[in-house]
Amino acid sequence: MAAKTPLLKAENVGIQFGGLKALSGVTMELYQGELVGLIGPNGAGKTTLFNLLTGVYVPTDGRIMLDGETLNGLPPYKITRKGISRTFQNIRLFGELSVLDNVKVAYHAHARHSMLSSILRLPSHFRGEKEMEEKAIEFLKIFQLDGVMHEKAKNLPYGQQRRLEIARALAAQPKVLLLDEPAAGMNPQETKELMKLIAFIRERFALTILLIEHDMSLVMGICERIYVLDHGQLIAEGTPEQVRSNPKVIEAYLGEEVS
Amino acid sequence: MATWKRTRGFWVSVILAFAFFAVVEWLIASGTLNVFYVNTLFFMAINVMLAASLHLIIGITGQFSIGHAGFFAVGAYASAVMTMKLQLPFAVGVLTAGIAAMLAGLIIGVPSLRLKGDYLAIATLGFGEIVRIALLNIDYVGGASGMTVTHMTTWPWVFACLFVTILVIANFTNSTHGRACISIREDEIAADAMGINTTYYKVAAFAIGSFFAGIAGALYAHHFYIIQPSNFGFLKSFDILIFVVLGGLGSLSGAVVAAVLLTIVSTFLQNYPETRMIIYSIVLILVMLYRPTGLMGTKELSSLFKWRKAAQGGMNHGGKNTVA
Repeated sequence: MAAKTPLLKAENVGIQFGGLKALSGVTMELYQGELVGLIGPNGAGKTTLFNLLTGVYVPTDGRIMLDGETLNGLPPYKITRKGISRTFQNIRLFGELSVLDNVKVAYHAHARHSMLSSILRLPSHFRGEKEMEEKAIEFLKIFQLDGVMHEKAKNLPYGQQRRLEIARALAAQPKVLLLDEPAAGMNPQETKELMKLIAFIRERFALTILLIEHDMSLVMGICERIYVLDHGQLIAEGTPEQVRSNPKVIEAYLGEEVS
Repeated sequence: MATWKRTRGFWVSVILAFAFFAVVEWLIASGTLNVFYVNTLFFMAINVMLAASLHLIIGITGQFSIGHAGFFAVGAYASAVMTMKLQLPFAVGVLTAGIAAMLAGLIIGVPSLRLKGDYLAIATLGFGEIVRIALLNIDYVGGASGMTVTHMTTWPWVFACLFVTILVIANFTNSTHGRACISIREDEIAADAMGINTTYYKVAAFAIGSFFAGIAGALYAHHFYIIQPSNFGFLKSFDILIFVVLGGLGSLSGAVVAAVLLTIVSTFLQNYPETRMIIYSIVLILVMLYRPTGLMGTKELSSLFKWRKAAQGGMNHGGKNTVA
């Protein structure tokens, strides 16, 4: 591991909101193909870290690097185009758009036909839109959502909305996928299917995945390494076994069974 | 064959639109349609253009702008200056109107589109008033007494401008670029996270919208013989806003239908000047009570005809004119 350079690297990253230090000194490295978990009690700063990595917030300290390129200060859409894509804790689909169109929006950054060609309906517009549609349907098939592709996204049942959000994030063709509590609100059966799905897309798209999760069985079951955040600081990292037996982690969870 | 299927609705609409054009042209030429009806028809077309252009900004991109009369005014005065002061042909006036309004849209849009919701509404309302007050105080364009403008707007001009407006807005909406705008309306944070340059698309929608408002301004200026700053107050902005909201936010056909119907209602009510605004307001209240999502909701006319492909964008608004 040490010889390889990390794909995504956060170096001493921190952010302050006014006088409040939400995160400080977070250093994290993700290597190509890894599936890494990020856990911590409520309010530990997990989602804040996601927001820093995706450019929603600009870090006040430290550096974030993707493939050796500094991302600090880039707007979110540019960071997405460089290869970091995400899902949200509280699902954020484009409700009034169809399932198919939701995925097409994410593929937009890879469209080559210009606004003018669309307005004038030039051949490049039709070519571009056709390619887009084919790609989008391909993604929907993987997630078994092709049967509902003309439904409005807001009309899907909860589990399918979660899946659609992951499909949409993948359609942006990221190198690193950030999943913010993908199993939130799912029953054990759905969680199990989700685990399989995550493992599958990781193989299929050669992805590196960072996952926030409260469901310990999911995190312990599929993650190779785990980072633990508490009060805005990293308190532990390592394999699931190492993390599970780490006294600091046990303390952070106040004696909660970590198994 | 696949392309034909996809574009069938479009070509049917184009043919319907041109048939409508030819019929009206013939009616005007033969004198069957008197001046009153021609006036109403032109006014209707101008309102449809204004409604369609604001629909792109509010209904599609979700940017609540209520200073649309400002762009309308910029277009009207820019074209009038071209034709009246500089003696240039009407075509130059129309084009200048669009470009001037678009530039105004860019100048206003770039700084103010950072604002959201109510704040953007107030900023654009302020812009509309600034334009009106500025025109009021520029002696070159006649100040409060306005400018007299030769009548140059003809039916072919009105039809061509209307056709291009609807076509461009429908084509834009029904493409990946339009979807990018809709995604901003639906959830700006998610759109950003999916790689959409949200600022660019908000400004683009604003610029295209104001361009066509400017074109409508040129037609208006050269139809009613005189333009005055008082024609472009915030009440005009609200009129346009009402077309869009009443038609159904997000539906181009809705905005078009609402503009046509309300122009008819408002023209008809001119015979009852005392009660006109009361009845007009009651009509609005009733529609909003019984159709809170607007006449069309987010649906397009085309979706009524099961041309599934056209359903998302509604290419058959060209044919919509036939309702007029």
